[in-house]
Amino acid sequence: MDTAAGVGTRLPIRSDMDLVWVRQHVRQAAAELGFSLVDQTKLVTAASELARNTLVHGGGGEMEASHVAAGGNRGLRLTFSDTGPGIDDLDRALSDGYTSGGGLGMGLGGARRLVHEFTVETAPGSGTSVRVTSWVSRPPRPREDV
Amino acid sequence: MNEAFSHPVAGQVPVLRLGDVLLVTLQGDLHDSMAHRLQQDISETIVRSGVTGVVIDISGVEMVDSFLGRVLAEIAAQSALLAARTVVAGMRPAVAITLVELGLTLPGLRTALTTEAALESLARPVAGPRSGGGRGESP
Repeated sequence: MDTAAGVGTRLPIRSDMDLVWVRQHVRQAAAELGFSLVDQTKLVTAASELARNTLVHGGGGEMEASHVAAGGNRGLRLTFSDTGPGIDDLDRALSDGYTSGGGLGMGLGGARRLVHEFTVETAPGSGTSVRVTSWVSRPPRPREDV
Repeated sequence: MNEAFSHPVAGQVPVLRLGDVLLVTLQGDLHDSMAHRLQQDISETIVRSGVTGVVIDISGVEMVDSFLGRVLAEIAAQSALLAARTVVAGMRPAVAITLVELGLTLPGLRTALTTEAALESLARPVAGPRSGGGRGESP
C-alpha cells in the first residue's frame, strides 16, 4: 500500500542532451529524499540505461518521476515510456549480453539489478513502459522469507 | 528552459600532453556525442604526437553507465592498436560498486587509484595484460 505523494515530474527523452537532464533530475531527487551516495549512483545509472533504451530502441519518449511512500519509507518511482516497436522477447531482452543497439547488452537486465522494484509493460507494436522504484531504506523482508 | 545557455558541460574535454602520456580529465556529466568525439580525439592525438600512454582521470565522474563503460573500453582497445597503454584513474567507490552490480567489470581495462599512480604504472616496463596498475604489487 504505497501512495504517490505530490505530482510527478515529466521529462522528455528525445536526444542525448535529454539523457543528461534525466540523470541530473534523478540525482537531485534521490539526494533530496535522503538516498545514500551509493544508492543515488545506482538509481542514476539505472535511469541512464533505461532512458537510453527509450531513446535508442523506443525512438524517444519520456520519463515521469514521482515520490512514493509506504509504511514510513520513502522512495522514488521512475517510469520510462515510449511508443516505439515494443519488445518481442522480454526474457531475452532482460538477459545479460543481449543487445540490439550496439551496447554491451547490460541495459535492461543490468538496470533491473540496480533498483528495488522493476516492471515492464510491452507488446510488439504498442510501445514499452518500464517502471522502477527504489526506497530510501529497503523495507524489511517478510518473516517467512528469512 | 533556455537550452543554448544551460548545457551542464560546456565545450570539449581537455586532453593534455605530459611527456609520453596523454592526460584526459573527465568531469561532470558527459553527453554521448561528446564521449564519441573524445574517442576520436584521443586516437588522432596518439598518432600525431606518438605518446605511448593514456591516463583517463574519472575522479570527477559521478556515474559510469554501460555506454560510458563501453567508450572507456574502446578507447583502451584503440590505443593498444596504436601502441599506447591506457589506465583509467580515480574511479569513485560508488561508481565501482554500481558497475559490478550492473554486470560490467570491464576486464581489459587497467585502473589506478590516482592519476599519480597511473603515471607511475605507465613508466614501468610492459607487463602482462591486467597487471593492475596502481596497487604496486605484481604476482
